[in-house]
Amino acid sequence: MNFQTLSVMALWGATVLYAIAMVGYAIRLARVADAKVQATQFVTAGGGDAPLAAVPASDRDRTAEGDPASAAKALGIARSSTMVGIVLHGTGVLARGLEADHVPWSNMYEYTISGSLVAVAIFLAVQRRRDITFLGAGITGLATIALGLGLTVLYAAPESLPPALQSFWLVIHVSIATICSGIFGVSFIVTGLQLLRDYRDSEPRVVHNRVVRPIHRAGVRVIKGRAMRFLEAVPSAAKLEALAFRLIAVGFVLWTFTVMAGAIWAEHAWGRYWGWDPKEIWSFVIWVVYAAYLHARTTQGWAGRKSAYLALAGFGSLIINFTLVNYVFQGLHTYAGNGM
Amino acid sequence: MARVKLDNYVVPEAPRLGVRGWLRWMWRQVTSMRVAIILLLLLAAGAIPGSILPQRPREPAGAAQFVRDNGWWGEVLDRVGLLDVYGSAWFTAIYVLLFASLIGCIIPRALAHYRALRAPISAVPTSLDRYEYREVGSSPDDAAAIVGRAVATLRPRPSLLGAISGYRVRVDERVGRAGTETAIAGDRGHIREVGNLLFHTALVGILIAIAFGALFTYRGQAIIVEGRSFTNAVVAYDTFNSGRLFNSDRLYPFTLKLDAMRSTFSASGRPEDFTAHVTLTEPGQASRTTDIRVNKPLGVSGASIYLQGNGYAPDLTFTDSDGKVAFDGPVIFLPKDAAYTSTGVVKIPDVTSGEQIGIKATVYPSALGDGTDLVSIHPDAANPVIVLTAYTGDLGLDAGTPQNVYRLDESKLSPVRDAEGGVATLVIRPGETLQLPKGLGSLTWNSLPRFAAFDLRADPSLPSLLAFAILALGGLALSLFGSRRRIWLVLHAHDGTTVVTGAALAPPHDTAVAEALARTMAAAVAKEENA
Repeated sequence: MNFQTLSVMALWGATVLYAIAMVGYAIRLARVADAKVQATQFVTAGGGDAPLAAVPASDRDRTAEGDPASAAKALGIARSSTMVGIVLHGTGVLARGLEADHVPWSNMYEYTISGSLVAVAIFLAVQRRRDITFLGAGITGLATIALGLGLTVLYAAPESLPPALQSFWLVIHVSIATICSGIFGVSFIVTGLQLLRDYRDSEPRVVHNRVVRPIHRAGVRVIKGRAMRFLEAVPSAAKLEALAFRLIAVGFVLWTFTVMAGAIWAEHAWGRYWGWDPKEIWSFVIWVVYAAYLHARTTQGWAGRKSAYLALAGFGSLIINFTLVNYVFQGLHTYAGNGM
Repeated sequence: MARVKLDNYVVPEAPRLGVRGWLRWMWRQVTSMRVAIILLLLLAAGAIPGSILPQRPREPAGAAQFVRDNGWWGEVLDRVGLLDVYGSAWFTAIYVLLFASLIGCIIPRALAHYRALRAPISAVPTSLDRYEYREVGSSPDDAAAIVGRAVATLRPRPSLLGAISGYRVRVDERVGRAGTETAIAGDRGHIREVGNLLFHTALVGILIAIAFGALFTYRGQAIIVEGRSFTNAVVAYDTFNSGRLFNSDRLYPFTLKLDAMRSTFSASGRPEDFTAHVTLTEPGQASRTTDIRVNKPLGVSGASIYLQGNGYAPDLTFTDSDGKVAFDGPVIFLPKDAAYTSTGVVKIPDVTSGEQIGIKATVYPSALGDGTDLVSIHPDAANPVIVLTAYTGDLGLDAGTPQNVYRLDESKLSPVRDAEGGVATLVIRPGETLQLPKGLGSLTWNSLPRFAAFDLRADPSLPSLLAFAILALGGLALSLFGSRRRIWLVLHAHDGTTVVTGAALAPPHDTAVAEALARTMAAAVAKEENA
């Protein structure tokens, strides 16, 4: 078995394990949410004297929805699949680098497998210090999609580096960009949860417009309904906002570095530090949107939902920078042609 | 008749803002955070069209073609600056307003922060019991020695710089619940604002450096064929652009000779390495040989020489019908695809007799196919073939208007036809001599050297730009990660020893504050010496 087969097989293995982990985390989240909802119901019913633990274990087993044992089992499966998954994922990325004989982030496929590895690694690293299990389903889901798309759509056979990429700046500039994508990816999930939780907790707005009203009503029904019950197991919107901010703050500093390192590399390779190439334009857009987010979250009238939408727009720009810019717009970062 | 009123107040007697009032109001708006956010979002949205539509500075031909293809619609887009977004008035207006807002924000904040740095920090709370991080220690030393050690740890440098980099410290003698006590307060919450101000000031610096660079920079393109040289002077460049304040006398008169252009490709035709072997001769110095590669520009006296392209430049000789050599030398062929299928033209105005001659040609480095129906399958010159068409007539050179050397103006030319009356398509290989139809003359392909395309550029703003970028990054990191910690120590004299009670306050995520408190306490009670 050569490195290439090893890499692809390990990555497929990781994809499957992440998918399993995602289901596990999702089940766990739903169970915990159910338990929380039931606990409040018990408390109300018993006049505040009957906490969940007071109910006999056999009774608790019968109330299948709030089953703590199955929540723990799901969490165990999810955690162990994520652990084995990241080992396989890391093996796949490493084997890819060895096969290609250069750092594994020189094209879209390699960037995808490395970026998703960073996202999962960041999740596990933060998990060691504080409990962010509620993010598990989102992170492993994102990693499953990224790996699946990478292996099926973006896959490119390993090749030697074209002259334009033969620089140690590839190691610095692109690795930091990859890490940023991972961090912004995690923050995207946190911000998404923050908005959902915020909408679930708050009183819906009164809409008078005849066209918007039915859509709005349906949205409110979904967000307040059973399907979104898992949000009960997620921290409060304020806590999620604080977490998202800390992630974006780190991501923003690293992104600033990425853009600066890119400018220095461009000065070396192309003889200009900034040329409004599509990749540069979108990197600038990402930077400016996240800068707007950082200002907005401390500004009256913009803090909360509005700034959260800016954070989502920032991640949207990141995705556009990675997809549309590589496929649709013509620029120097497409790594096609004669490589000069 | 009633007097015309310019304003439209509901209450006629309401006080008017006046011109100064309105100006002040506008300045308030521009410097408000809400407007700054909107300007940032406008800047992001305004930058996007530049990635979708062809931009004049980057691809002038593409932009012109876009206008032609889209009729009045293209015309409108061009007029509103969407084909040169980053040079357009509205984009400039956005970032100028943004920087005005930024400057209007940082100057008052910097002044306020300077005053805040000199003002005393708030005193130690009366009771430290309610704080999460708390430590108690004791020392046989007197309060003065402990204060000295604690302050030295919190703020190693006593100057204003120390106040910025370390804790700001305040020491009080006061009467607390347990009698007389000495209270030391340390606060480093200001470090974030320092970083914030540094970051935004550095952004202004970056903008100034860019503007400065644009005035003094120059950039030129020069194509050199193997074995030939280039002397650094404005006339020697194929294209040359410079900033308004650039003085061409400042061009350093070195000579660059291209000894060899090495292009290495994999078996599948992917480029693996491009290296230009050159000899550089600087005035008053011995020549030296060196290499220029894609990511390795050559620095010469403040300027840099970049390898930006390469291709083939077939060396051709044209002998006219009278047996005179009318053209002799290499012709630059521009690559059109990854397999280096390249096109070029030869303009031969000086024929002894008859009409001027032009040749349009395509070189296939590794030709595959029959007759004139060829493709190049690899960029290396394994089987080079030139397919050409000759023209006779007026090349249009005598009018004196500058012409594109890579294009033939066919308006006054007619193609040379073969015996059957069709356009004659001719094939030539290296070393061969081809007789053109109707005795027009003969073309000899002597050799197939490569050429290298170089960009030469000097931008005196680069060092300051880098410095400001580093300052901006440092400031940003400080403003986002700087710790907002407060450390308090209260000293009581008790039975000949001094009891030190310490507490710390920090945001919930900052758990490392416990170590900072422990460090300060250890230094205060001088634990190391005792242990």
